Amino acid sequence: MTPAATKPTKSRVTPAHAFKDMWIITKRNLRRFIRMPQLLLVATVQPVMFLLLFNYVFGGAISLPGVPYIDFLLPGILVQTVMFGATNTATGLTEDLAAGVIDRFRSLPMARGAVLAGRTLADLMRSGAVNTLMIFVGYIIGFRPAGIPQLVLGLVLALMFGYSMSWVFAAIGLLARTPEAAQSASFLLVFPFVFASSVFVPVQSMPGWLQVFAENQPVSVLATTVRGLTIGIEAMPSGKTIEGMIALSIAWIIAIFVVASPLSVSLYRRIFS
Amino acid sequence: MTLAVVADNIYKTYKKSDVPALDGVSISIERGKIYGLLGPNGAGKTTLIRVLATLLKPDSGTATVEGIDVVADPIGVRTRIGLGGQYAAVDEFLTGRENVVMVGRLYNLSMAEAQSRADEVLERINLMDAADRPVQTYSGGMRRRLDLAASLVGRPDVLFLDEPTTGIDPRSRVDIWELIGELVSGGTTLLLTTQYLEEADFLADTIGVIDHGRLIAEGTSDSLKETIGGVVVHLGVDDADCATAISAINSLTGSDPLHDEDRGLLVIPAVDGSRSLVEVVRAMDEASVPILDIELHKPTLDDVFLSITGRPAETETAPDDAQENEVAR
Repeated sequence: MTPAATKPTKSRVTPAHAFKDMWIITKRNLRRFIRMPQLLLVATVQPVMFLLLFNYVFGGAISLPGVPYIDFLLPGILVQTVMFGATNTATGLTEDLAAGVIDRFRSLPMARGAVLAGRTLADLMRSGAVNTLMIFVGYIIGFRPAGIPQLVLGLVLALMFGYSMSWVFAAIGLLARTPEAAQSASFLLVFPFVFASSVFVPVQSMPGWLQVFAENQPVSVLATTVRGLTIGIEAMPSGKTIEGMIALSIAWIIAIFVVASPLSVSLYRRIFS
Repeated sequence: MTLAVVADNIYKTYKKSDVPALDGVSISIERGKIYGLLGPNGAGKTTLIRVLATLLKPDSGTATVEGIDVVADPIGVRTRIGLGGQYAAVDEFLTGRENVVMVGRLYNLSMAEAQSRADEVLERINLMDAADRPVQTYSGGMRRRLDLAASLVGRPDVLFLDEPTTGIDPRSRVDIWELIGELVSGGTTLLLTTQYLEEADFLADTIGVIDHGRLIAEGTSDSLKETIGGVVVHLGVDDADCATAISAINSLTGSDPLHDEDRGLLVIPAVDGSRSLVEVVRAMDEASVPILDIELHKPTLDDVFLSITGRPAETETAPDDAQENEVAR
């Protein structure tokens, strides 16, 4: 008895197949989302609730010279929504892990990163849909952007930020392993960044030590940038230009993506050892 | 004769464990044959499947599937295998057909190929009627059949099934055995793990018994059963009468019966079937030992274990049990 002829070459997945694999996984994740109405409801109702509550409950107490609170709030809400949306990457991955779906994928001749790329792409598309809805709801309650191109650019920046954060949450999910642990870990990361930020209020009202963090952390950088775009230069903190903030936002987006995506892919490959 | 699967001296210890999950396992499976890997929870069955299906790298040792090294060329191996069973799940929110088509597409079949192949396998596993319903609405047995369909859609040369009937009711179990037997009859090589001797007996050409990460016996179903006898008598007596009962049986059969302290049973080979049962009853009567329980039984995994190792299968207390279950999830 001899083993079958040995094949020394290493099989590879072509880029075309890698994209096809990613798209198959994306479609699968979107389909799952559409088939679970409760997911769609939670994903849309929660940010709408945040928008309405902050606008009508806190809006009156927060006075901003020359800017209606809704115009201040909505850009922040867009960034907050992509942060919360990105946590779905962690919970979705851990649910697939728990169900054994990941085992099946890993036994198939797929591209190495396709499961993660498909997951993050589906989460990006969902965040895009939710944020579009946010803009419409905002418009109804009085949000008026400086112009459509600025609004679109702001939306794209927020979504790109959410996409790179999805890769961070992919790593968190792969480390946490269970949906419960992933959810707790995600919220531990999301809450300080979303609330100790310029998302809901100007950071000038915070104590000095907190201001340093709140002004410079990426969620604030993005919120301030989107705000600068949709309101105009008068909304920018003194000494900041809109162009400078856009460049800083893009730098954060790229930096987070470049660190988190190889880390997640490597965690995925070595997930059970 | 060509070997489709070769595992050579595989060692694997999980990170958080100091007990090896695989402690030098070697098996080889001829092309087109069915190999049944039999053992209790935590014995290392799932770990071996995971190594062979490229989900886990061994610490040492080599393994090839269809001549391709599982570590050197995992993608090459994956194009030739199918994986199914307890942990390789189907997607709850997709329909049966969507699941199978998706897996087919991920095997690089074209859309048209994946669809026609999906129809073919769904037909063969009798799921056509339910094909367009979400898997959420399926029964446990239907999910297992769908899982089989998904593992077969890529026309694998080698199929790995990890405990394909664990957790489903005994009646559907036999249906699944028959289905598996039919599905691989076209020349597919199958490695199957199971906790049920009957399952290995029904399906496998060769059975390997694994315990604590080591292969402790290997052979055909018949040769394994010869080590214990085709039928056994399970005799339950009070602990206080045990010694008397053992010596009474020794004078009847010429050897001490196996004593399974966990189950509180004496296991006696029933060479003459029901006649042996009557003889045991008589012997107990003559020795004035009250019988608590007596039964004529096909040998179980526990009986095989008892006869090979002299101790019962530690299904719940194996030290690597929790670890293997955790990582296998």
